Amino acid sequence: MSDSLSKLEKRTAYTLVLPAVLLVFAIVLFPIFANVWISFKDIELKDIRIPEPRAKKIVKSISEKQSELKIVYKLRNSSLIQEIRNVQFQDKFPKDISPINLDPRCNFQSKKVICNFGNWEAKYRENFEINIKHNNGEKIDKKIIKSQKPILSGKADNPLLTTNFTLENFKKVFYENNFVELLLTTFYFTFFGTVGAIIFGILAAQLVNQNIQGRTYMRGILLFPYVGPVVALAYTWTLLLDPNSGTLNALLVNFNIIETPINLLGQKYITMSILGFEFKLRLALTTVIFFEIWRYFPLAFLFILARLQAIPQTLYEAADVDGASPIQKFIHITLPQITAIISILFMIRFIWNFNKFEDIFLLTGGASGTRTLPINVYQQGFAVSDIGMGSAVSIVIVMLLLSFMVIYFRLIGKRANEV
Amino acid sequence: MKFKSLSIFLIISSFFLSCILSIWKIMSTLQGLSFTNLNITPVFIIGILLSLVFVLIGNKLSHLVKIFSLSLIFSILYFYLNETSPYWYIFGVFLITLFFTNKLKKYSIQSLKEDFISEKIIFDFITLFGIVFFAFVILFPFYIMLVTSFKTQIALLVNPLDFSLDFTKSLSELFKSYFVIFETYNFGRYILISSAVSIGTVIVTLLFAIPAAYAVARLNFFGKNFLSTSILIIYMFPAIVLVIPLYTVFSQLGLRNSIFGLLIVYTATTLPVAIYMLQGYFKSIPKEIEDAGIMDGQNWFGIILKIIIPLSLPAIASVALYVFMIAWNEFLFSLMFLDSPKSFTLSRAIQYLSGDAETPRQYLMAGSVIVTVPVLLIFIYFEKYLVSGLTAGSVKE
Repeated sequence: MSDSLSKLEKRTAYTLVLPAVLLVFAIVLFPIFANVWISFKDIELKDIRIPEPRAKKIVKSISEKQSELKIVYKLRNSSLIQEIRNVQFQDKFPKDISPINLDPRCNFQSKKVICNFGNWEAKYRENFEINIKHNNGEKIDKKIIKSQKPILSGKADNPLLTTNFTLENFKKVFYENNFVELLLTTFYFTFFGTVGAIIFGILAAQLVNQNIQGRTYMRGILLFPYVGPVVALAYTWTLLLDPNSGTLNALLVNFNIIETPINLLGQKYITMSILGFEFKLRLALTTVIFFEIWRYFPLAFLFILARLQAIPQTLYEAADVDGASPIQKFIHITLPQITAIISILFMIRFIWNFNKFEDIFLLTGGASGTRTLPINVYQQGFAVSDIGMGSAVSIVIVMLLLSFMVIYFRLIGKRANEV
Repeated sequence: MKFKSLSIFLIISSFFLSCILSIWKIMSTLQGLSFTNLNITPVFIIGILLSLVFVLIGNKLSHLVKIFSLSLIFSILYFYLNETSPYWYIFGVFLITLFFTNKLKKYSIQSLKEDFISEKIIFDFITLFGIVFFAFVILFPFYIMLVTSFKTQIALLVNPLDFSLDFTKSLSELFKSYFVIFETYNFGRYILISSAVSIGTVIVTLLFAIPAAYAVARLNFFGKNFLSTSILIIYMFPAIVLVIPLYTVFSQLGLRNSIFGLLIVYTATTLPVAIYMLQGYFKSIPKEIEDAGIMDGQNWFGIILKIIIPLSLPAIASVALYVFMIAWNEFLFSLMFLDSPKSFTLSRAIQYLSGDAETPRQYLMAGSVIVTVPVLLIFIYFEKYLVSGLTAGSVKE
């Protein structure tokens, strides 16, 4: 009895879970594996369409009476690299109309012209003509002829499914792509973006956690950058930071803080001198990191605040009795209570910053030293249109991510459930 | 000891006052006032004097009289020390000083003798400063976005600091950018598409997520643990690595440039989050209520429909809002999949608009305002649900 019940339970569970699992599998997991396949192929953006035979129909008059017409079909293979085998052509005509001097590849029966064009190599083009006449010598309506579209069919390989593989893409990723620079930029961006967001998150949470008026409003306002659409925010920042008429530069020049506007998003390096030491700062990258911090510290803030509000007040009261200073209270009570959430936040934000695409893309497009791995996927895949190469970079990202996750679950995975 | 805490008090408080007054000056500059100097030093010095006088007076005057008279004197001094400025600006200075002196209320010569008073002063003013700082840094870009959409390109090129709005103009003149983007750039259509995609995503996600979350929360089946851990891992995976394979497959299936294609992708990427958030809530519903339903002869469909859903409406609402915001704000997939203006979402349309260097910036900002306002309104109105959803899901942007 209970056996059949648990069987029913299992069957029910699978029916409930399966649709969601299948969808996620098709859209999220399958592409990750498909990347592996594509990354070993030499394939470009223009190759991904399955080759098709195409025809454009043009109707011309050849006599005054218009009882005879000439039809030109501009035939072509849509692919520049692949052949199409066994191309079949078919076009229908109204009754009482028949072709004259039909091409030997074709035959005419029951109002249809059917042709067998054989194989078309890549880039194949042909102007194929059919002359038609009206059997009773009446005028043929050009529009009716024109409105009938020819049907073409043929067999071609799906370029994604062929089995010729190459290691070229990975060679290019590691040797011809400034790989070290790319990796360093990505880590620089990820690390400082994460740390900055967490530091500002702690500060903001500490502020809002105090007894001040309007703290609920403050919490709402602090979350604005996080909930706003990235497109709108990124363009607002580009406008603000614009060197020619951006508000920030105009303000700084107006108050004589700087002499000439600084191109904060378009300049790769800026030379700074502190205490006599000159060093170069990655300017555009730093600006992008600040945007990143601005946009994502609210998340850290929210989590830390939730944790802070759960700390029992009695701890602080006891500390007051012992005569602890505010700094001591922060170091000895608050910090130990939030280290767990901070380590989780660090890992989560680290992984997401590592994958960040939109923010950098919208601010700089990856120019002036802000090219990170995700930006590189886009550049290779869609700007250079080398899909194989783009996939290879994706694979590198996935591999790095998997190793982060292993570290994450080793170090703090168990604690993740406690928070 | 007393001297040390007094000087810290004077410096910190005056520094705070100078900061707010500088922000006020910057904001006024953006209203077209031509200031060229922040004058921090003189403001700082009279700020120190103000705090000193405040502490010295102590309780000799009633608090209200004290703050009013001190603020008045400060504003007059400020007026003479600074460049010529209109009266509304000085009135602002007066209000700020009033606010500031009111905050000084708890300090007196006696209180400066307390334990750790220097640290407390620093903490107090850092808190105040922090709130002003965060509010300014966060709201400033939103402010610029809004006011730019009401200006014209020429006016901004002539004086990039003048964001003052000319209310003598007619309303249609003021909202010109909005009319233009609706009429010339078809934003009405994009709003419809964005809404359709987002609402569609919410509905489809809930249809898939509620049963799955129920199974994960309640039923025993082989692979359940594996499923719940893989949910966690899947939403760590970035959209950018899905883009190339999805692009190729969608191209071959003809799903690019279609709202349907976008809907599938959004649903699949938000499903793990939705399931994770919902199953947590379902687990908290007492099992006895369901047992009663089973007794009545309900099957799982009836239980979900008649017991689970009505009991977890707040959680479902927060998931729905959350998914809506993700779908509404999404940019990467709409950039990759949509290249015909017929099927643009709002985000993609704004990006397309910015691709043309000739597009005046006020149009871009008007578009940005249009895409931002709905999310912010939803967020403000449903903040409670969303915040609980965000922290419960702990996830995804």
